[in-house]
Amino acid sequence: MLTLHCPHCGTLAAETELTAGGEAHLKRFGPGSDDDSFEGYLFMRENPKGVHFERWRHSYGCGKWFIAARCTATLEVFGTYPAQSSAPPQHIRDAITARRPGWGWRDLA
Amino acid sequence: MSTRLATGGRLIDRARAVDFTFNGKTLRGFAGDTLASALLANDQMMIGRSFKYHRPRGVVASGAEEPNGLVNLGLGPAFEPNARVTTTALFGGLTAESQNHWPSLEFDIGAINSAFARFLPAGFYYKMFIHPRSFWKHIYEPFIRQSAGLGRAPKNRDADSYEHFHAHVDVLVVGGGIAGLQAALSAARTGAEVLLIEQTAHWGGRAAVDDPVIDGTPAAYWIKTTLQTLESMPNVRLRNHMMGAGLYDHGYALAHERLTDHAPATPGPRHRLWRIRAGRIITATGAIERPLSFAGNDVPGVLLASALRDYIVNYGVSAGDRTVVVTNNDDAYRTAIALVQAGLIVPAILDARPQADGPLVRQARDLGIRVEQGRGIAKVQGRRRVTGVAICAQAGEGAVLEEISCDAVAMSGGWSPVVHLWSHCGGKLIWDEEQAMFRPDATRPPLGADGQGFVQVVGAANGHLRTGAVLADAADAADAAVLADAADAAGGEAPVAQDAEETPMAPVWLMPQGASLKLRQKMWLDFQNDVKVSDVQLAAREGYESVEHAKRYTTLGMATDQGKLSNINGLAVLSSALNTPIPQVGTTTFRPPYTPISMGAIGGAARDALFQPLRRTPLQDWHEAHGATFEPVGQWRRPYAYPRAGESTHDAVIREVKNTRQAIGLLDASTLGKLIVKGPDAGRFLDMLYTNVMSSLPVGRCRYGLMCSDNGFLIDDGVVARLSDDTWLCHTTTGGADRIHAHMEDWLQCEWWEWQVYVANVTEQFAQIAVVGPKARALLEKLGGVDVSKAALPFMHWAEGTLAGIPARIFRISFSGELSYEVAVAAGQGRALWDRLVAEGAALGAMPYGTEALHVMRAEKGYIMIGDETDGTVIPQDLGLDWAISKKKADYLGKRAQERSHMADPERWTLVGLETVDGAVIPDGAYAVGDGVNANGQRVTIGRVTSTYYSPTLGRGIAMGLVLRGPQRMGEVIDIPRLDGSIIKARIVDPVVYDKAGERLDG
Ligand SMILES: [Zn+2]
Repeated sequence: MLTLHCPHCGTLAAETELTAGGEAHLKRFGPGSDDDSFEGYLFMRENPKGVHFERWRHSYGCGKWFIAARCTATLEVFGTYPAQSSAPPQHIRDAITARRPGWGWRDLA
Repeated sequence: MSTRLATGGRLIDRARAVDFTFNGKTLRGFAGDTLASALLANDQMMIGRSFKYHRPRGVVASGAEEPNGLVNLGLGPAFEPNARVTTTALFGGLTAESQNHWPSLEFDIGAINSAFARFLPAGFYYKMFIHPRSFWKHIYEPFIRQSAGLGRAPKNRDADSYEHFHAHVDVLVVGGGIAGLQAALSAARTGAEVLLIEQTAHWGGRAAVDDPVIDGTPAAYWIKTTLQTLESMPNVRLRNHMMGAGLYDHGYALAHERLTDHAPATPGPRHRLWRIRAGRIITATGAIERPLSFAGNDVPGVLLASALRDYIVNYGVSAGDRTVVVTNNDDAYRTAIALVQAGLIVPAILDARPQADGPLVRQARDLGIRVEQGRGIAKVQGRRRVTGVAICAQAGEGAVLEEISCDAVAMSGGWSPVVHLWSHCGGKLIWDEEQAMFRPDATRPPLGADGQGFVQVVGAANGHLRTGAVLADAADAADAAVLADAADAAGGEAPVAQDAEETPMAPVWLMPQGASLKLRQKMWLDFQNDVKVSDVQLAAREGYESVEHAKRYTTLGMATDQGKLSNINGLAVLSSALNTPIPQVGTTTFRPPYTPISMGAIGGAARDALFQPLRRTPLQDWHEAHGATFEPVGQWRRPYAYPRAGESTHDAVIREVKNTRQAIGLLDASTLGKLIVKGPDAGRFLDMLYTNVMSSLPVGRCRYGLMCSDNGFLIDDGVVARLSDDTWLCHTTTGGADRIHAHMEDWLQCEWWEWQVYVANVTEQFAQIAVVGPKARALLEKLGGVDVSKAALPFMHWAEGTLAGIPARIFRISFSGELSYEVAVAAGQGRALWDRLVAEGAALGAMPYGTEALHVMRAEKGYIMIGDETDGTVIPQDLGLDWAISKKKADYLGKRAQERSHMADPERWTLVGLETVDGAVIPDGAYAVGDGVNANGQRVTIGRVTSTYYSPTLGRGIAMGLVLRGPQRMGEVIDIPRLDGSIIKARIVDPVVYDKAGERLDG
């Protein structure tokens, strides 16, 4: 039972208030994209043991989507930020580095 | 025999006798008794039968770890199986019956299994019941089912109520012994909000029984004053009868409070499930004494030494007149001393250690008790009751040195810390060689959201078995727990206790250590499931090296006590058989709940009307008053049909269809989803969401649209109306509004967050009534106020006005193929409009119709239904809906996916109509088969039926289905088997079987 801080309304939300939305920062490929790119966007997902970025919606709260950076192995939460971000903000990356030096995720490090 | 002593019993009130029944016999106990102590006071030592061999079973323990004492409790709606006698408080009128025997506890047919015990070794069921395959279903399973099971399942509805409670605290302390009390006190003194819970009715744990000296006073006094201090603190909540059931991620804990089990007449809920969010959790859950493995250790009358002491001190109950104590540690000497002080006889203390000479040993000797060191029990004599023990050298193979007659045995194999809660959430254990126990490894705790440990284990649960160490540990942990939150921890000094010196315990996993196979076959590890030392050794020989596999193979620790007594002894035996050190063998996984919790508590208030709150349309009362039969659709109950007196539901559906096609039908369409999409970018947004173009829809017009997920599959459909330049109203399927609203928000917030669009779900703001049929216009004209003529309001247009004095939007849309208006008014006006339509419509033949008539009419018109024609794998192209897919748009959700090779495959099953040759109705969910067989020898499938009805309009069965290359096979007859193997012949036809030209809806 996770508790995640909703960056929109400030609530420390219990997992029962939240809806999980899968991997964050996907780049959408639409018409005109090649099969590999489209397959990658639609189906291929990271499955890390460690640092991960996930979408969550505060469904039974403010209704807003946000992104949580957390460790899939220990459930440590490094931080949350609004879903209106195309990449993790610097302060989140710094927070991760402080706890998991040398971390990497997709092409981020 | 076991009996009530003349004096003693700190928890009972001898002035208040309490009558209860056991197996129909009326017995008497005292207020304050548990069912276990009251049964023992009445010499009811045998209280059940074991699971596999149906061996006689008596009480072994005095608390939550009891493996044998399970009874059926209560009658009728208060019936509950598997109630544990040691944790069931006695009350007047309690009825209990023993379990797992037939025909009676004393004479049990199943006990014959015991005679065949050597033919029923570990893994017997796995080995025996595999072959021949067909025997499993018809012979083995019925037999096993009949002989299996402990308690009976309740037959009645549970008459009690249950609830959930949410609590947020700084510190949760689980366990109300001295460690828990001290931890709570230290934490509370820093100002933290503290919740302290205790599973029993009493505070103080074992210290209250053994009464050591704390801060120069008896422990009982220290417990009382500490409790008073805690009760006076506004930041402390205390709850007894409340068991810490489970620990979960990020400081979440579940606790189970038993409110009225001990006082059934009390009003209010019976159990309460506490859902606790704690900043820090301290578990002070104590330790559980281990049995010793000697032959006959399962005979009724063999108890844990601490339990025997509990019965004497707490309830004034003796398990027997002559008790032999057998131990590998000093603590059991306390039992011997308590027995002698109560005037009972201890013929001998058999100490497996070669030497022991602490103050407790000396005290026992001074009391005249015979102490034999380096000795153990070769065998317990007696079958239904201990009659004596045979003594042997612990170091030997079991040669009998002497026989001693006795009627009880007190055994102690050392103590196992209760590490369950720590382990639930990932806390790791270390093996303490000196004390032969697993205890929490403080360096590897369960981690919280901040990556730091949030659980601390204190006292005996942390491996401290001495009073002084317990209290110091508790105070330290509480300080550490609140350090993070409080600037200066002010928990205060730990109390001081004097502990007598003790000789270290010596691990004893077999008694005697060189016991023969014959003896090992009589040494029980798991009393309830009948797992013996020889079974675990056999499992090891057969290659079950993992403790988790050995557990499942032998069923060790899988009984209702979940291995609380058997776990460590079992894995020590496994470790020795595998010649692998205990820490490398490891333990099995500890899973919540710590002890069973009621299904009622898990459900809480969520039952009956509150299980899933029903959504009601503004017309629900009318439907109920007019005899509607209902069907669940989403969270609503929609009228299925309105049968009249003497009319079957099927007849009613036929009448409703015919009436709607010939006169007027009225439908409550309020459940239809209604989403307002508004903003400068709303048109652009809808063009991405729908497969066709919505931005070009003129104000005042309606357009049917399809919505797909980005992997191409059809997820919803409905009519979109453009309300104004920047506002669209999107209708979704019933029950689809929340899902589609979430879908829109997802894309708006996470992909196109710069687009200026706002979505509002206004589903319940409006009542919507479909007025359908050739006389629909006449009825609306009768109501007056809006020009609904063909010229003023053509098909797929909408108009706003005041209808019958009520502000309304009228949509000229049709899901039946008839002339049809859907009238939306404010929810509060819905009933008024409906009443007017019913009243004014009577003369025109208006009748309400339900969802089944709606389905039949849409199927006659070949209209698809989300959930019937779609199942998450269907794309719009499969349904012949290419006309609703824009070819011009550069992009929409699903467009790229629909270009993938499999999606564009001409071999995809495609929607067609199916006309049965003989007019029969095809069964729901039927498949169409073609020539040839698949790898399993079954005929190949070439399609499936998605909708099938009896059409009153055509007087025969109609159906739609997805069929391999269906549209290219018009006129072809295919086979559709029924479940009984008979074949229905069906011709492939156009899905539209009624008014193909659409003249009626355009009328
Ligand atoms: Zn929020």
